[in-house]
Amino acid sequence: MANPSLKPQRKRAFSVANLPGFTTIAIVAFVALYLPIITLAAYSFNASQSVAVWGGFSLDWYAKAWANDQVKDATVRSLIIAVSASLIATAVATMAALGTTRRRSFKGQTFIYVVINQPLMVPEIVSAVALLIFFSSIKVATGYTGLGYLIIAHAAFCIPFAYLPIRARLEGMDLSLETAAADLYATPWQTFRKVTLPILAPGVMAGAMLAFVISLDDVVITEFVKSGGQDTLPTYMLGQMRRQLTPEINAISSMLLALTVVLLTLFFLLTRKNDQ
Amino acid sequence: MNEKAANEKAVIQKNAIEARNIVKTFGVGQAAARALDDVTVEIRQGEFFTLLGPSGCGKTTLLRLIAGFEMPTEGTILLDGQDITYLPPNKRPVNTVFQSYALFPHLTVAQNVGFGLEMQGRPKAEVNDTVARMLALVKLEPLAHRKTNQLSGGQQQRVALARALAPSPKVLLLDEPLSALDLKLRKEMQIELKRLQVETGITFVFVTHDQEEALTMSDRVGVMSQGKLQQVGSPKDIYTKPVNRFVASFIGETNFIAARAEAGKVHLATGDTIDIAGLSAGGNVTVTIRPEQLRLVDKTETGAMRATVKSLVYFGTDTHCYLSLTDGSEVVARLQSPASGDAGLTPGQSVGLRAVPGAAQIVLD
Repeated sequence: MANPSLKPQRKRAFSVANLPGFTTIAIVAFVALYLPIITLAAYSFNASQSVAVWGGFSLDWYAKAWANDQVKDATVRSLIIAVSASLIATAVATMAALGTTRRRSFKGQTFIYVVINQPLMVPEIVSAVALLIFFSSIKVATGYTGLGYLIIAHAAFCIPFAYLPIRARLEGMDLSLETAAADLYATPWQTFRKVTLPILAPGVMAGAMLAFVISLDDVVITEFVKSGGQDTLPTYMLGQMRRQLTPEINAISSMLLALTVVLLTLFFLLTRKNDQ
Repeated sequence: MNEKAANEKAVIQKNAIEARNIVKTFGVGQAAARALDDVTVEIRQGEFFTLLGPSGCGKTTLLRLIAGFEMPTEGTILLDGQDITYLPPNKRPVNTVFQSYALFPHLTVAQNVGFGLEMQGRPKAEVNDTVARMLALVKLEPLAHRKTNQLSGGQQQRVALARALAPSPKVLLLDEPLSALDLKLRKEMQIELKRLQVETGITFVFVTHDQEEALTMSDRVGVMSQGKLQQVGSPKDIYTKPVNRFVASFIGETNFIAARAEAGKVHLATGDTIDIAGLSAGGNVTVTIRPEQLRLVDKTETGAMRATVKSLVYFGTDTHCYLSLTDGSEVVARLQSPASGDAGLTPGQSVGLRAVPGAAQIVLD
């Protein structure tokens, strides 16, 4: 007791999370992450023409964006591409995940893993240029200039985002469940439909949702691959910002943000219910 | 009673499962390991057959071969006389209760139990009837619409049993199903399993490493070690007449004493002799005597072995008395504890030791 250094300084349990500076860094990180988004959302209600000077509350920019045919077009196009691409990517990713986890390890497994995740590793701009050159030669040969190119390109770079959560779910799955299904007279297809897929569902949903959001958000590859008049919401916004910056951009961004938040909340509620 | 037992005997003579010369190796080349080494076994219709052995002895591999989860490297497996060696698991009228239960987490108790029947394409009404009957059999009716992860270990065990029994398989395979339960529940389930087997009349093949489970539940036991079937027989047979040192030591506790055989008796190194009826072979042999078959007698009694008490361990119902013989070899005798709990022995005391007539057996090494 006489030794002062043995006296407890503060009533805190021993934990590395109590190191000095943790709280400060956490606050700074949160501010850096969320302050810009809050500012963006706030200025979407700005009555003035400026994105930086507050001129009173107004919903005009939302009305303007809503009435803008180019915005409508781009939104519909974005949704078509995102839905198609995420469906294709999820189907491919599910098969890839089954193929890479449901058999004994084979030669070239790491290679396949790298190939599947290529979009995560190769710089996006490189893929974009490659796709541009590749697709333009097909365009010349076939004359087809529809949305197909964008859908295929998006599906390709969405695969790893769908693959990773599905694979994680598969790896956590008790393999004896499939054995039990086989033991109880289920054919391989019935085993997949009645046991594997339902248990995998939260992973598949998570994968599809991630793929959807990633596709909705893409600028670089879309900008390179799109033909004339095929603006998606992000490329339209980029184009607008090059000309003039008005709070209409804030309004569109805020709506996009709201959609994402709604989707993520829905997804969270769905998976939570599934795990109970 | 005797007549009924005799009738049952006559009925169960047909074989449900016949495994012939089964060899199963895992891996290839230098790394290949023989999990099963020329195993031949016949399991009769309607019997409770237990495969007993330490972990890694091949008992679970044999079970998986019968279920169809693995294919044997060599040999054939017959079910009711038909070759099923290479039939996939979903085409075999055999169901398994898994060690981990493997209940489907996304289905209710009733849906789990009905799964096999549904996959067989049975009509809805029949599925519902059978599920209700099975849930009644394992006393789980009130939980029919619960998800399986809301159940206790013992309840999950019952669901797994009901699910495997629902399609009325010809053979039910049980892979150490009681190992995850605590002692009290395990005892209850042992009785429950035996009751279910008698009530349904289905052939049970039960895998365990627990010799007590094997002895209390089985009609016959197959003892396995290192991929080989060591002995098949009734619990009494394998306990009282073990064929080799492994079987004798794996099932219960026992003493091994080196001896030299002569017609009708063996000579121990101590100079003592023990009578063994029907013994003809000569040469060096190993004698086994169960600890509970040894009696302490007066040291002056003729024919008794001379021994010194080394230590005593009190176990409640009985007391283990560790003794050394005159040549220094050690044996243990299990003595029933008297009412006072005190066996009246002290370490260092000289005593006489005698085996109950017929208790000494010759075993192979």
